[in-house]
Amino acid sequence: MANDLNAPALRNRLEQLARREGIGRWDLGAACSTDTSVQVDRGEAKQLKGAQRRSITVRVWNEAGLVGVTSTSDLSDEGLAKALVGAHDASAFGNKSDTPAFSPLATAPLVTLDQPLREQRTILELLETLKEAERDLLGRHGAIATVPYNGLAQRSSERIYLNSDGACRQQQLTTASLYLYARAEETGRKPRSSGAVRVAYGADDLDIAGCISEAADRTIAHLDYEPINTGHYTCVFSPEAFLDLIGAFSSLFNARAILDGISLSRRDSIGEQLAVPFLSIHDNGLHPANIGASTFDGEGTPTARLCLLEGGVLRNFLHSEATARAFGVAPTGHAGLGAKVSVGPDWFEIGPTPGVSGGEQGLDRFNARGPNPAGAEGLVVIDSLSALHAGVKASQGSFSLPFDGWLIRGGEQRSIESATVAGDIRKVLQGIIGFEGEAKITPSGLCPWVWIDNLSITGEA
Amino acid sequence: MTQAPLFTATPSSMELHAGQWRGRLESLLGHGQAAGADLVEVFIERTDHLGVLAEQDTITNVSPSFGMGAGIRVFLGHRDGFVSTNDLSDTGLLAALDQALAMLGLQRSAPGTSSFDGLPALRDFATAKRAWLSQVPSLSETTEALLRGTDQLNRHGQHLQSRRGSYGRDWQSVLVAASDGTYAHDIRLHQTLGLNVLAADGEHRSSVGRRYGTTDNPDDLRQWDAEAAALDLCQSSGRMLYADYVEAGQFPVVLANRFGGVIFHEACGHLLETTQLERGTTPFAELVDQPIAHAAVTAIDEGLTGGAFGSIAMDDEGMESERTVLIENGVLKRFLSDRAGELRTGHARTGSGRRQGHTFAAASRMRNTFIAAGPHSPEELIASIDHGLYCKAMGGGSVGPTGQFNFAVEEGYRIENGQLGKPVKGATLIGEAKDVMPRISMCANDLELAAGFCGSVSGSIFVTVGQPHIKVDSITVGGR
Repeated sequence: MANDLNAPALRNRLEQLARREGIGRWDLGAACSTDTSVQVDRGEAKQLKGAQRRSITVRVWNEAGLVGVTSTSDLSDEGLAKALVGAHDASAFGNKSDTPAFSPLATAPLVTLDQPLREQRTILELLETLKEAERDLLGRHGAIATVPYNGLAQRSSERIYLNSDGACRQQQLTTASLYLYARAEETGRKPRSSGAVRVAYGADDLDIAGCISEAADRTIAHLDYEPINTGHYTCVFSPEAFLDLIGAFSSLFNARAILDGISLSRRDSIGEQLAVPFLSIHDNGLHPANIGASTFDGEGTPTARLCLLEGGVLRNFLHSEATARAFGVAPTGHAGLGAKVSVGPDWFEIGPTPGVSGGEQGLDRFNARGPNPAGAEGLVVIDSLSALHAGVKASQGSFSLPFDGWLIRGGEQRSIESATVAGDIRKVLQGIIGFEGEAKITPSGLCPWVWIDNLSITGEA
Repeated sequence: MTQAPLFTATPSSMELHAGQWRGRLESLLGHGQAAGADLVEVFIERTDHLGVLAEQDTITNVSPSFGMGAGIRVFLGHRDGFVSTNDLSDTGLLAALDQALAMLGLQRSAPGTSSFDGLPALRDFATAKRAWLSQVPSLSETTEALLRGTDQLNRHGQHLQSRRGSYGRDWQSVLVAASDGTYAHDIRLHQTLGLNVLAADGEHRSSVGRRYGTTDNPDDLRQWDAEAAALDLCQSSGRMLYADYVEAGQFPVVLANRFGGVIFHEACGHLLETTQLERGTTPFAELVDQPIAHAAVTAIDEGLTGGAFGSIAMDDEGMESERTVLIENGVLKRFLSDRAGELRTGHARTGSGRRQGHTFAAASRMRNTFIAAGPHSPEELIASIDHGLYCKAMGGGSVGPTGQFNFAVEEGYRIENGQLGKPVKGATLIGEAKDVMPRISMCANDLELAAGFCGSVSGSIFVTVGQPHIKVDSITVGGR
């Protein structure tokens, strides 16, 4: 590990500085990392990058109990002192009606994850690996001329949480990632693009062959395309696409968003039937497939598996210390660190509710089983969604998103030239017909293919 | 794991006083050149940021931050290696240089072997800017201004479930030195204000927002007209609360001025950056001096407009900013180019090498990008359409790797028989630049710019987009 956060030294120094400034209560989050990454272009190195990063966020509580925060990348004595004083100054503007406190779970035991720390490869080794992957992908089909978006990266990182009550959390991690997005073009036709991503604990663990094959297969599968008629269709979301959609509307489960009045859920929504009775959603940052899992959140609270929806019924919200206190529950391990603490999900597990019947079984988009797969308009397969940052109005529940996918008629699929899918997340959750196949592990969660009735598709036919 | 010392021995010369840095930079550049690099560039920055959030009638978040860092880039032939670090000690900078050299198979040689002639006199673009950080509004002034904004929202809005005001102030001091004799310093100051509301009445909901931003004006916040901003936003919110969903289809549309220009920025502007040429992802690669748009369209990118969010005295490679005509009367004239773009594509640099900060290598990026004004009034554009859509306010959007774009319409109205009709929501504009540019058939005479942020290969940067009202003869509108 090339990182060098020294928790005891950091604590000693903060204690000295805090005493000097008359600050009795403080906490901090610190992180450092070394990154290397490569990109290639038709057999040549395109960009080689390295980075050493350090950052620290300090919170202090002033005499009135109000909180201020300051962040810096300057971990020198001078920088830390300035950050502490800056946080104290900012505390004069702390929010009296919503003041964070230390998490009551900041010293609770943590689970031990099996996260092997891998040796970092040299950047020239990464470069050769990526060149070879690009060469392989370019050779998969004559129409694949370039791989314009590609990258192989590795990171070695460490993070710390400390507070003046003695909490001390520390975690080291190594990760590696590979993405390959190919561009294919046939004479007289529009260029098509698709790709694949893999993550692992180290570059040697990456499923490079799988990534190449998936990128090639998906790109080739979009070569033969046609426009689609605008209308309403039964849609089959890939695991990745459905996870993206749920992630974009995660404010449904977010206690911070509820308190701020920008969630579709309310404080008293627990127990409401939000989705079809055979859908369950859990947040489980500790899942073994979650590469890069954190054992604690920004406030030091242990990460844990949390049931959000069971049998379609809303069971829990994601919490920080402050929101948990406001709701009278325990923090759930989903907090950031700040004067106003953000809350967010880790890694979703989505699938059928065990023991609950309902929903179509054995759905298969390529066989004439299930609702209307061979109907006149056909079945729309949503392979990947784009522009989630722009096309989702989370506080309204609406979305209108471009997608890559296929139209299936009579068991045969053809790529859709250009189209958007639009709807309301509440109707989506109530319009789920059933699931297809086993749950697939993706970088953002676990999910099977999900069939949804009657979604609006805009095409260019 | 080794227990290295916690506290880096960062010298007090981390202040970006060029005189204190000259010797260290010359040493780094000399080492790099002696190792065999064609060119070595060092980018040093110090930053100071303040973010403040007001919700309803309370300040709910104050988040100051400050930092420093360096980015070292080494070129050899058409290749380059880039390393960034927060460690500005001599040891830290040399380690970063060594890593960048090693990426290209180079190694630092023994001391004294450098043939570097030294840096020239500093080009200091910051001489009149050194006091800016002390001239910006205090935290008290800032919080008062934001609370005035949310109070005005309360006065003018109806059914408001959430009122938010946000302020961001970014101060950045940069020093750029390169072995080709570049040696330049600048200070930048960006301030941005945002207002957002969420209105709800039963099942009806509307969320709308506006963002304003300027550069190099410490008094900007003091000059903000909170009431006018709130009134504008509340009127939009009120109109959209009960709006119907738009029907999908192909229509003629009129895009309003100001932020309507985001479509040109995203759908066409990015395709005119040499970064896209290098990737082979622009359809305009071989079309310089050929028509790519309707003759009504002239488009410009520049960094010179006083106070505009995308204006820069120099780019992040130390080159003075300029005005670049991209499209003239429909004909493609220039690509935006940075140092690497010029090296790899042959298109001359345009002062467009930009980056979010020291952790990114510069890339060709836009500054203030707009479609020039035309001869028509906005009313003439609307009057020319029997059945279509008026897009008064645009939301965000994106462009895919094959050039396909999509944009959310935040505030839309039907056009029927040449007149504005009922408000509609849920519209998305979809298309491809090379198909849509020839369909921009009318430009009005009311060009205005709007501040925004652009995220791309070299991070998130400050830009403006802009246009007059324009008419697109036909575009796909996604809806319900």
